[in-house]
Amino acid sequence: MSLSTTGAAAGAPHLSVRGVTKRFGNIVAVDDVSFDVKRGEILGLIGPNGSGKSTLFNCILGQIAPDAGAVEVDGKAVTGRRACDLAKLGVGRTFQQLAVFPGLTVHDNVVFAGQEHEGTLLGRLFGKPDAGLSEEADRLIEFFRLSHVRDRLAGDLSYGQRKLVDAAMAFMSGPGLVLLDEPAGGVNLTMLAELKERLVAYNRERGTTFVVIEHNMDFVMSLCGRVMVLAEGRVIADGPPEAVRADKRVVDSYLGG
Amino acid sequence: MSSRRPLALIVAAVLLAVLLILPVGHGSYFIYLLCSWLMFTIAAMGLNLTLGYAGRISLAQASFMGVGAYTTAILTLHGWPWLAAAPVGVLLCFVVGLLLGFPALRVRGHFLAFVTLAFNTLFFLVARNEDWLTGGSYGLSDIPRPRIGPISADGQLAFYYFTLAVSALAILALWGIVRSPWGRAFKALRENEVRAESLGLDTRRITLLAFAIGSAFGGLAGAIEAPLVQYIEPNSFAVGESLKVLLMVVVGGLGDFWGPALGAAMVVLLPEALRGTRYYLIVYALFVIALMVLKPTGLMGIGKTFLARLAKSRAAAATEAKP
Repeated sequence: MSLSTTGAAAGAPHLSVRGVTKRFGNIVAVDDVSFDVKRGEILGLIGPNGSGKSTLFNCILGQIAPDAGAVEVDGKAVTGRRACDLAKLGVGRTFQQLAVFPGLTVHDNVVFAGQEHEGTLLGRLFGKPDAGLSEEADRLIEFFRLSHVRDRLAGDLSYGQRKLVDAAMAFMSGPGLVLLDEPAGGVNLTMLAELKERLVAYNRERGTTFVVIEHNMDFVMSLCGRVMVLAEGRVIADGPPEAVRADKRVVDSYLGG
Repeated sequence: MSSRRPLALIVAAVLLAVLLILPVGHGSYFIYLLCSWLMFTIAAMGLNLTLGYAGRISLAQASFMGVGAYTTAILTLHGWPWLAAAPVGVLLCFVVGLLLGFPALRVRGHFLAFVTLAFNTLFFLVARNEDWLTGGSYGLSDIPRPRIGPISADGQLAFYYFTLAVSALAILALWGIVRSPWGRAFKALRENEVRAESLGLDTRRITLLAFAIGSAFGGLAGAIEAPLVQYIEPNSFAVGESLKVLLMVVVGGLGDFWGPALGAAMVVLLPEALRGTRYYLIVYALFVIALMVLKPTGLMGIGKTFLARLAKSRAAAATEAKP
């Protein structure tokens, strides 16, 4: 398990984004964005639809290549690296759209989320079918309160349950840094409280660093120690939740009166 | 799962026993059909790995059967034993399949179908035109049957048992692959590639492997076909044959391990069973159309639905009986 301390350059921010820019045709989706995330910090990323939050995530995580700028994880340059390489560096993520494997059981979903981090390619072919991860997967399934649907196909679950499976998968390989893209979207209030509780527990117990995109203001303001606001691809505010909530530009462009 | 394992073993043992006894007392054509069924089962199971498990279409499986068949034929005609020639054919298919996987990294769906179709056509043209190597349209004949030590598979029944043994080993190997974490990775690739990559799966490598392994099984089928028919020519490996293998996979049930065996039985044996009737091709075609419209999950899908209903009605009967 790559806990947050492994390979850390002393003092370096856990995630460092420098001048990242991404254009789609004439539209500048992400415009010269720079920020650092400290180890163990929970950073909220908010902003109107189309402000570039998810594109920024995709640039950081190697899903798309930025046109300019640099990304570092633990002081290591990862700009343009493939998503699977980032996963192996201990960076997990969830997606805005549902991103489970509907044809696999919940248990298989979670086992898969860990198996590529174990051993070698050939070792996996000749190794145990569950890659020795069955029990660890069960612990995580229990942690996210999914034990009663363990053997159901993920595609048969409710939307909220699938969100929890998605989150469980993001944690399976023990990442030190997790980027969550709208984890609260479409999740009911009970489950939302549960999800928040789980994230806080991870943060406290393992020092996991989070960057969370979310529209649910209560969720963001109560979970995050720091909030950054993106509008039209630029950072317009960055600070503690109360300060951001009071910022005039933020109120005008996003939160409203 | 653990409660199902003994049952699966019993079913496999019974099936194997039936297959051992089945040809006894039958004529050589019946035995030929059984061999043909086993051979197509291997080819279809390979394609099922690429298409059913990993979700990447290939319309070139017949060309891999061709690569396997021609390699085995040419080498055994030069005096190589089958046990040395066949692995060369299988390995060659693995490598060529790996190369054919590269377009699959860029194109999907219909476009990938066309790329693989073009490859099959290319293979067909090479087999027909390169007389010096392949015998051209006349093909290669008098292909010897395998001989392992003092045991010869010359006789039809002996060759059947040889085919059965090779098929059993091949199916066992494939079972090992799909049960391993690789099998889960293939399915993850099929279900959500972007998510799979974000969880650490090298999707390029696993896509290439899906093609390489699926093609290698096509090659093994070809290595059996050459000594089975003892004569090969380009038309046996044309695009139409690839569509036939695809039909087996789809009819049997995409992504179901045993589906291809059932599908191959349907495609190879049913036309024979219907041969007595005058319009057997029409009956057969209508059956396939009806199956695809009414039950796209194929024959295995029908079986599973039936078993699920049976279990449900039993459970209902049990709860009714209780109070």
